Amino acid sequence: MNKCISGNEAVAYAMKQINPDVMGAFPITPSTEIPEYFANYVADGEVDTEYVTVESEHSSMSVCIAAQAAGARTISATSSCGLALMYELLYVAASCRLPIALACVNRALSGPININNDHSDSMGARDTGWIQIYAENNQEAYDNFLMAMPIGEPASIRLPVMTCMDGFITSHAVENIELLETDAVREFIGEYHPENYLLKKENPLAVGPYDISPYYMEHKVMQAEAMKAAKARILEVAADFEKISGRRYGLFEEYRMEDAEFAVVLIGSSAGTAKAAVDKLREDGVKAGLVKIRVFRPFPGEELAHVLAGTRAVAVMDKSEGFSANGGPLFAETRSALYDLKNRPYLINIVYGLGGRDVKTEDIEKVFDRLADIAETGETGPVYTHMGQRSKEERA
Amino acid sequence: MIHAKDINERTPWQDLTPGGEIYEPGTARDFNTGAWRTNTPIFHEEACKHCMLCIPFCPDSAIPVKDGKRLEFDYMHCKGCGICENVCPFNAITMVTGGAVK
Repeated sequence: MNKCISGNEAVAYAMKQINPDVMGAFPITPSTEIPEYFANYVADGEVDTEYVTVESEHSSMSVCIAAQAAGARTISATSSCGLALMYELLYVAASCRLPIALACVNRALSGPININNDHSDSMGARDTGWIQIYAENNQEAYDNFLMAMPIGEPASIRLPVMTCMDGFITSHAVENIELLETDAVREFIGEYHPENYLLKKENPLAVGPYDISPYYMEHKVMQAEAMKAAKARILEVAADFEKISGRRYGLFEEYRMEDAEFAVVLIGSSAGTAKAAVDKLREDGVKAGLVKIRVFRPFPGEELAHVLAGTRAVAVMDKSEGFSANGGPLFAETRSALYDLKNRPYLINIVYGLGGRDVKTEDIEKVFDRLADIAETGETGPVYTHMGQRSKEERA
Repeated sequence: MIHAKDINERTPWQDLTPGGEIYEPGTARDFNTGAWRTNTPIFHEEACKHCMLCIPFCPDSAIPVKDGKRLEFDYMHCKGCGICENVCPFNAITMVTGGAVK
């Protein structure tokens, strides 16, 4: 079924089709519409969900943790400072191994306060133990949320899943997308049957007990192993999803990478812009390509290294700062992934698009110009730079 | 199903439960949390009127009761907080320095 809807409505619609047991709901721009649409579904009796309105995101995630531990399938949605307020609970959810599904609509973090898009919120939560899957557009935002539960719920994984889309650019833009039939969604998602849960009266359960030093590290290793195993699970679920949707997903998308000499690596809606730039450069005979990271946690390091191995120069574009003074988080992961290659491409990092700063096809073309220069001269120049800011100095 | 009694500080990570979940009630009984104690309450039975005031005040349920009478402290679980000494109207409990039971 084709429908012309916003990214937020697409995700809310996916939630309706899933019909979860509990939603912890608290509004924050630009994700507010998700609980708003969902409240309508609840009021109209279209879902059986216990819709819990709370006083903060700390509480909405607490609701999800408690309900998921009780044996319920739970969801939430948030953005920016809301995600930051959940920070403590994100770790609790992941370490209690509760496969909650959270829609994160990416927005810049304060301060200065800003409601527009970048990835600083979810990148700040990158080490919380959540699986993170990013969307380029409304279709992917919808599809990724449908895949969240099958990915996170199996006993071998048991990890919470955060699906991310770009605030306003994706969440509020209206696009024509393909929705699955609800019956097909329900069959794909299946029922949630955890082996142990608080409401299982035959078997009393304690969740989240105090962990002393002789045990804590072992539990972290278990969590790390589950995150490693999630990579194969994500691909398995993607293969099943392709059967019902015809749409194919991997850990990342390779766009015109087969013979690419120059590549850009980035996340989210900017991929659409970058694809247009790649197409234009290809017409001019430049062997340009794009890698759009879909899964950031677990990070597909080996797979990415394999794809970038044949290139001459690569620009990793981060839509969040990170303030490491050594490049953004995507750059750190990518550069680390390439270390084991025998022949590494030149690598630069460009931080762009902060707080909703626009990125155009011409901007991406300039990045490819710089890559061509680097390959030509063998001089990388400054490795870590920003793009799109007003400056007295000239730099792409 | 992994039981708490089968887990100890030599158990490899592969044999622990996800998130440290515990699949049975009352497992605190099996753990010697009294070892944390730095002060120890001493029970003077001759002064005790068995008013039972110390029982509900004990945060660790470390004062057993049988047939309406309180018994000796459960030192395996007493953390030596001294609340019982403070609430006892008959000076039947006194705290001494050190965790060891004399």
